[in-house]
Amino acid sequence: MSVFLTLLRRELRLSLRHGADTLAAVLFFLVTAALFPLAIGPAPETLGRLAPGIVYVCALLAALLPLDRLFGADFDDGSLDLLLLSGLPAAAVAGAKAAGHWIVTGLPLLLAAAPIAIMLRMAPETLPVLLMGLLPATLLLSLFGTVGAALVLGARRGGVLLPLLVLPLTTPVLIFGVAAADAASFGQTARPDLLLLAAMLAAALPLCPLAAGAALRGSAE
Amino acid sequence: MDTNAIYTPPSPRGRNLHRFGNPGRFLRVSGKVLPWLTAVGVSLTLIGLGWGLFYAPADWQQGDAVRIIYIHVPAAWLASAGYMGLAVCSAISLVWRHPLADLTAAEIGPVGAGATFICLTTGSIWGKPMWGAWWVWDARLTSVLVLFFLYLGHIALIRAFDSPERGARAGAILALVGVVNLPIIKFSVEWWNTLHQPATITFTGSPTMYIGMLWPLLFSALGMSFGFAAIVVARTRAGVMERRIRGLLLARAQQEAGARLDVLA
Repeated sequence: MSVFLTLLRRELRLSLRHGADTLAAVLFFLVTAALFPLAIGPAPETLGRLAPGIVYVCALLAALLPLDRLFGADFDDGSLDLLLLSGLPAAAVAGAKAAGHWIVTGLPLLLAAAPIAIMLRMAPETLPVLLMGLLPATLLLSLFGTVGAALVLGARRGGVLLPLLVLPLTTPVLIFGVAAADAASFGQTARPDLLLLAAMLAAALPLCPLAAGAALRGSAE
Repeated sequence: MDTNAIYTPPSPRGRNLHRFGNPGRFLRVSGKVLPWLTAVGVSLTLIGLGWGLFYAPADWQQGDAVRIIYIHVPAAWLASAGYMGLAVCSAISLVWRHPLADLTAAEIGPVGAGATFICLTTGSIWGKPMWGAWWVWDARLTSVLVLFFLYLGHIALIRAFDSPERGARAGAILALVGVVNLPIIKFSVEWWNTLHQPATITFTGSPTMYIGMLWPLLFSALGMSFGFAAIVVARTRAGVMERRIRGLLLARAQQEAGARLDVLA
């Protein structure tokens, strides 16, 4: 466990040192979300209706941005081999990477989602449900993204391949997350959709690090 | 000391399925099976399609448009079954590291993607007169579209590595992760209130379909399954031979390089 925490601390320190890379994902999120009012017009009723979907799609794309460097830097300079030899199971290494990705990318996206949703004229009473859905959704994106990043390690054009692998897997997250926010905006209960998101998280939490760990071991062979 | 008494190698003539993992044995067995597989597949498909298109009755509600079912439904079954086969091959390749399982998984991918594409396009052609739209975003269509993307991702991933073993391993893990989509496709028409009709034929209940339409459907489904298997077997044979040829060429190149070095020395 202490090795796990050390690895996590290393991840956080590294992303703190490369602050610009870390901020790039959040900036991308803000800029793409700001493009939508320009593209579909500023009418509040249209914009407010589309707001949850815009927030989710932009967050999904923004979470993809730092993924190709998630293992890439460690793979290039050989420190990934050392991490795998550290005595920590490969799944735990992948889990620490996923946790690091969430703290550095998922959490800032979650924080930036509230002002963006209000700027997109979403009804304020929908906001808590949107954020409650985004919490498991960003965690799931980090987990699926870690699997994808571990799979394309060492591939040609890995950065192009990564979205093709990760985006189909994340469609359920998008569907249930937006369904929860939509239900809240129509005055219905969002509980079933949020529970389904939580159930997906409960399944992905142990399985995704296992799959990513298997892929990491494959790439280190 | 007699070492044989301590270590007895496992019998190569074991009665388990692993003996079919030997590429040489696979080439011999599949060479005999393949023509039969092809003949049965083509003839059953022709019977099923001919029966369905010319002799089976038209639907009382949908008219002649229903006849596309004889292509659409078998393609949809094969899309899911193909992915299941892909996942089984992937599990075998991850657990036992059979090179043949890697090759088969790599060859199922494009064929399964083709079946999924046929399913999507015929469904779209069927949807236009029935629903009035080429495409609707209901759960069944969306989940099959995701299946198509999973196939494409698998195809792209497996071929993106310089070492084929590494590509096979990554593809196997991706295929197993993508298996979660299969139950979603299967139950999408029951979990959600979709435009796509629920399953007509189930294992447990009697089919909700006129028997004169059921028979040609079963024929074409069986025929297309045999055809699918024949294409996969033929592609896998080609893959095995390709790998052998590459090995021979490499060996010859090494030999020539060695001979040149001898001349220099």
